[in-house]
Amino acid sequence: MKHEPIEGRTADGGRLQLGPSSFGSRLLLGTGKYPSDQVMQQALEASGTEIVTVALRRVDLSRRGHGSLLDFIDPRRYTLLPNTAGCTTADEAVRTARLAREAGLSSLIKLEVIGDAKTLFPDLEGLLQATRILVAEGFTVLPYTTDDLVTAKKLRDLGAAAIMPLGAPIGSGMGIQNLTHLRILLQEIRDVPIIVDAGVGTASDAAIAMELGCDGVLMNSGVAGAKEPVRMARAMRLAVEAGRLAFEAGRIPKRLYASASSPEDHRIE
Amino acid sequence: MTVVVNGDSRQIPDGCTVTGLLRLLELPDGRIVVERNRELIPRSLHSQTQLSEGDRIELVRFVGGG
Repeated sequence: MKHEPIEGRTADGGRLQLGPSSFGSRLLLGTGKYPSDQVMQQALEASGTEIVTVALRRVDLSRRGHGSLLDFIDPRRYTLLPNTAGCTTADEAVRTARLAREAGLSSLIKLEVIGDAKTLFPDLEGLLQATRILVAEGFTVLPYTTDDLVTAKKLRDLGAAAIMPLGAPIGSGMGIQNLTHLRILLQEIRDVPIIVDAGVGTASDAAIAMELGCDGVLMNSGVAGAKEPVRMARAMRLAVEAGRLAFEAGRIPKRLYASASSPEDHRIE
Repeated sequence: MTVVVNGDSRQIPDGCTVTGLLRLLELPDGRIVVERNRELIPRSLHSQTQLSEGDRIELVRFVGGG
């Protein structure tokens, strides 16, 4: 398969723009499922990320004196990206987004409306409804969606600040299973960033997404669940940077037969 | 009076405010977000918002997530 550079997508070494904010790192990292808060903290640092996702849950009133996640996330260093994980209707997601804005004092929201418990695939109808409402309320909406182009165009037209298609089911570590659909998205959606959200299992998966021309990669399980999360965080950082650089550099076309690297003439006889 | 906090009934003093409830529960104001009867109570209104009998209160905060 050929991976030609995608015309029209910016490959200028610029920053990742999400709504009013821009970021130097193109790796967005989750904060769930680490062996400890300390490991999470070190993984965030090793990843070079500037955007970390968090979830919103009830305070457990049966436990006392436990620390807060935010004790381990330096607000001067990281931008919090709250999610609406676990919400299954537009109403729930909108409610959660409003609470998250109050908690985090920022209007960024990773919008998830889950439509199926086994696959965690999004409910696209609910996603569109919630996007419409939250954009009107001034949120910077980053919707977790499928690789469906028609939905992506609708999300963009509603004012989503990025499109975040899955590469494979959340937490599956299956890698980028939808190269063709992602390439179509990258061709057809030029005016908002495309961030692969879900599916990355190891560094090459992240590199592939970035080489395609994606503007960023969001992951959690691939780092948090690794045997050594801090090392994997560093691997992901390098992969995202390498993939981006390769995209910007413009790869050679693939060809079936050899093309000698050394001069063909003036050979010693 | 009785209110429901995160799904469990609790006795609190009459006239208790949101700030008072957080203090009773030894929760740091500032990182907890409060909803009463599905309506967000902005932090700036915690100290002046009095709770009523039967209110359903949700106290939420950030946890790790992807």
